[in-house]
Amino acid sequence: MSFWLVLTVNSVTFGGLLFLLSAGFSLIFGLMRIPNLTHGSLFMLGAYVGATFVVGLLGFQLNFWLAAILAALTVAAAGALAERLLLRQLPGDQLAQVLVTLGLAFIIADGCIWIWGGDPMPLPVPAALGGAVRAFGFVFPFYRLVVVAIALLVALALWLGLERTRVGAMIRAGVDDMEMAAGMGLPVSRLFTTVFCLGAALAGMGGVLGGPILSVYPGLDTDMLPLALVVVILGGIGSLLGAFAGSFIIGFVYTFGQTLLPDLAYVILFLPMVLVLVLRPRGLFGTRAA
Amino acid sequence: MKLGAPVFAVALLLVPLIPSPYYVNVTSQILIAAVFASSLNLLVGYAGLTSLGHAAYLGVAAYAVAWLTTLGGLGHLAAALVALAVTTATAACFGVLALRGTGLAFLMITLALGQILWGVAYRWVSLTGGDNGITGLTRPRPFGFDLTSPGAFYYFTLAIAAPTVAAIALYVSSPLGAAVQGMRDQPRRMSALGHNVWMVRWLTFVFAGTGAGVAGILFVYYNQFIGPQTLNLTNSAEVLLMVISGGAGTVLGPIIGAATVVILKNVVSAYITRWVMLLGAVFVLIVVFMPDGLGPGLHRLWHTRSRSAS
Repeated sequence: MSFWLVLTVNSVTFGGLLFLLSAGFSLIFGLMRIPNLTHGSLFMLGAYVGATFVVGLLGFQLNFWLAAILAALTVAAAGALAERLLLRQLPGDQLAQVLVTLGLAFIIADGCIWIWGGDPMPLPVPAALGGAVRAFGFVFPFYRLVVVAIALLVALALWLGLERTRVGAMIRAGVDDMEMAAGMGLPVSRLFTTVFCLGAALAGMGGVLGGPILSVYPGLDTDMLPLALVVVILGGIGSLLGAFAGSFIIGFVYTFGQTLLPDLAYVILFLPMVLVLVLRPRGLFGTRAA
Repeated sequence: MKLGAPVFAVALLLVPLIPSPYYVNVTSQILIAAVFASSLNLLVGYAGLTSLGHAAYLGVAAYAVAWLTTLGGLGHLAAALVALAVTTATAACFGVLALRGTGLAFLMITLALGQILWGVAYRWVSLTGGDNGITGLTRPRPFGFDLTSPGAFYYFTLAIAAPTVAAIALYVSSPLGAAVQGMRDQPRRMSALGHNVWMVRWLTFVFAGTGAGVAGILFVYYNQFIGPQTLNLTNSAEVLLMVISGGAGTVLGPIIGAATVVILKNVVSAYITRWVMLLGAVFVLIVVFMPDGLGPGLHRLWHTRSRSAS
């Protein structure tokens, strides 16, 4: 398998993981108007919880997929708690809400070190998916293809959910004009919790799926959070299509940058963001300026 | 209150008489943090722009001094001046990008820029030494004074910190500072009055970066080491906590906040290793219960209590 093809497959896989992370981030930002700074932490928390179940730290081992679902649910519950107990206390004060999510991010980060220690935790690739697939004379690692397929399925499901269901229509209305939507009698409070939970669940699932590729370590949160920020700045706030396109663009830029110019990977990451900020501040697919 | 200022000044001068070098060093740390927090206060308190990447400027100045004096072979004064220039230039570039947005977009862009600089410090090993950072730099010897003792270094820090904080206070009370506060409250009206809102904000951003650069130079002299963790998000959040906890938009607030956070951090670190968790918890508590800061918050509590007592 040629070098460039490996890089491409890795880029697409990383883009898929980034989409799982930033789709929720972008929706929360679009609806609640806050960049949720716990999003990287939720990703990491999902990875740790998933690894705990898969490796069997609690005395029993679970199947990878079951662990992924349980981790997503755990993280969604944590997100719901944060939204209901804390963010809800500061209605309308977005800056305070963001600072609360920042405080929570530190609590989660340090809590993970407290519970799981400072050493990286291995999260093995599920046995059935460990192999490789032959196609067009090349060998592809099967697990990475599965991750990409899941990301695409999630993207399709989110798109259908937003475009074709009643709740989706309400969320879109809220993103477009929250005051008007609230005035029309939409259950704003329940929508906030729903979207926050959904975003948290996606981030948690992304963490588990990313575990075998990125491994699970303290600092995973602050590695992922800026990537989600860059994706959303690039794609446009509240836009699912923007999150999708942005994720794969950043997936490519980051993976190629890290391999070809490891010293400057972060500087290269900076370039698409700079270009968008200067030329099109509302992002590629955004409808309003950030 | 009129007696307060001279008493405070005399107290500052007498700090090195404390027999324990530990407390003198902690006070030096507070002074450095006070400069750092005061510079961020320009953005958070006066311009109404909450930055989550302020550690970047402290870090750039500290790395520049460390690199220039060890590998670059420059003298201390020249290195410090070049470092300030580099930091100001960085702030000038980042300001252009960050001010494409206001409010939360500004916060998000400053956070991303700060994390990218952290990534550069961490990954660009040939320039920054990567995770090991840069070691082996010495403290300067201004006019032949030896700054190795805690007391001497304290006076040096005070001699730099006090004028810097004064310059920030002067900026705030200048017409430019009045304009930036007007733009915090009524950007459209200020724009309609003919002020160039973007330019005034950008100048404030650059000045805040330079102020953090001064703190960075003192910081690297104090520690005689610089590593990538200085640029991380925790540090940017810590300085933001200093500003908010002390009371944003006041001259004394960030100084009180810096003292509170530095003392808390030193005390807590002596007993437990969970400083980051406590930082997060304090952050949440202050934002939820004392959004206007410890000073005004306690003041309010005191007044409501004394009023109900009388």
